Amino acid sequence: MVDTLLTPLHYDYMLKAIFVSAVIGGVCAFLSCFITLKGWSLMGDALSHAVVPGVAVAYYAGWPFAAGAFVTGLLAAVGMGFVKTKTRLKEDAVIGVVFTAFFAVGLLLISLYPSQVDLRSIVFGNILGISNPDIVQVLVIAGVTLVVLGFKWRDLLLFCFDPNQARALGLNTTALHFTLLTLLSATAVAALQTVGACLVVAMLVTPGATAYLLTDRFGKMIGIATSMGVVTSIVGAYASYFFDGSTGGCIVTLQSALFVAALVLAPKHGLIAQRTRRRTAGLAEGVPG
Amino acid sequence: MSDAPQAKAAPDEMSVRVSAVTVSYPNGNVALRDASFALAGGSICALVGVNGSGKSTLFKAIMGLLKPVAGSVTIAGGPVKAALKQNLVAYVPQAEEVDWSFPVSVWDVVLMGRYGYMNFMRIARAEDRRIAEESLRRVGMLEFRERQIGELSGGQRKRVFLARALAQRGRVILLDEPFTGVDVNTETAIIALLRELRNDGHIILVSTHNLGSVPEFCDHVVLVNRTVLAAGPIGEVFTEANLLRTFGGVLRHFRFDESTVQSHDGRAVTLLTDDERPLVFGKGGHVEYSKRAEHAEILKKRAEGEEDL
Repeated sequence: MVDTLLTPLHYDYMLKAIFVSAVIGGVCAFLSCFITLKGWSLMGDALSHAVVPGVAVAYYAGWPFAAGAFVTGLLAAVGMGFVKTKTRLKEDAVIGVVFTAFFAVGLLLISLYPSQVDLRSIVFGNILGISNPDIVQVLVIAGVTLVVLGFKWRDLLLFCFDPNQARALGLNTTALHFTLLTLLSATAVAALQTVGACLVVAMLVTPGATAYLLTDRFGKMIGIATSMGVVTSIVGAYASYFFDGSTGGCIVTLQSALFVAALVLAPKHGLIAQRTRRRTAGLAEGVPG
Repeated sequence: MSDAPQAKAAPDEMSVRVSAVTVSYPNGNVALRDASFALAGGSICALVGVNGSGKSTLFKAIMGLLKPVAGSVTIAGGPVKAALKQNLVAYVPQAEEVDWSFPVSVWDVVLMGRYGYMNFMRIARAEDRRIAEESLRRVGMLEFRERQIGELSGGQRKRVFLARALAQRGRVILLDEPFTGVDVNTETAIIALLRELRNDGHIILVSTHNLGSVPEFCDHVVLVNRTVLAAGPIGEVFTEANLLRTFGGVLRHFRFDESTVQSHDGRAVTLLTDDERPLVFGKGGHVEYSKRAEHAEILKKRAEGEEDL
């Protein structure tokens, strides 16, 4: 029994996959706190799809995949900003148009030159087959993201909470905006490796959203989200060995399960707690619960 | 008020000057055209106008959030950007602009006012914490410091943001609709605090559509309708004629004719309004104050005058 449970750990590729997933899961979860509070979840989804043509081009050109992805990710972000300020379209329409355009170009490129890149590994992720250079790229992205967040999280928090106050204090909000956008693109690229373009947004939103239901303090929110990201990634990657299923699917399913649990059971903002409060209020007013 | 001696030691005269400012939005809408007014230190000024008149645009121009396409804003004789770097401008947002479910505590919010004084990583020093604590005490919110901001009443919320402005030590304080959703006690407390700040030489700019409260606590007024229609001391500018011009028939105009206010009623009139203070003009077009004692003399004279009719 114990032998069976330890089997995945005998394989080098499984150890790598578990380790890399944990790093990505943790960093994405840390960032997800800012993304959910800023209301940029849709933006995260958009960027994770917009990086696809960049990944394709990078593979053909022999660049590091992160470089290409990063360029198209930022191009998409700037494009969305441009269309939004210059037209009367609402933001969701702008995001919808721009990111699908990028994604479509990416799909087209990959289908036209199929030998170099595996479409499946971009769209669904392939952490079990991750190469050493790719691991290095992921670790660099994770390291830089953690350093930036570590130094500037208070500024970013104020930027999410009250951008006007940030400006009034003389903070450079344009720089903060692009910092957050850059971190989002960078981590989206890293997460692409684990769970694929389709599920990146889950890694960048679900842990933050779950933690937000569980606490009213930002510090705790980061702690809960990050531990959740790390633990679900480790368990998901490990479990995928037994299911012989998609690693990304395992990780995100776990995260979603925790989200549902928080949604129902959270002590203050959960459905049960809300219902109890409503009932107590009703009783207090003499209305039968 | 422990910093009062410090403030007196450096009597830096504060000023806000808006000269011929025109602001237009990227879509080409001109929100404000050729707006000018000037304020010196030690004044409470109301910014009055209907929604969409350009009040918030004017606010944003003073805070440097919007760049005028023509004209200029200077604070303490320098450009806005320099004033912001010196933490001179503090801002108390409208309640609707704040995400009250945001996971920050009262203490976190007040410390945010100190960011401009902190290092690169914004780590609070003992001095920052002392000033934040003092600011919270001054608005009577110290015991709520650990509360999440959504767990406060409307008046308490407003006080927390006022404490943040105090902690910032801003010399120009902008308040956007400070009395909306605020109980009467808090309103009185806020007005008392604003008066103290004025006496310390601050410039307080209050954006409001609550006309009745304006003559109660402001000494200056700026009337806005796509431009600055009139600006200056309350006594000269806050007149029935100017207000009609500012509001262009938007205000409900209710006249008590002589027939309704009879001598045998003791000339008392009861006016019921929703939470806003009504603005009452007397017969000659002068503002009626709720503090009768201060104006008893005028009232007496007027009563005698009417007796003669």
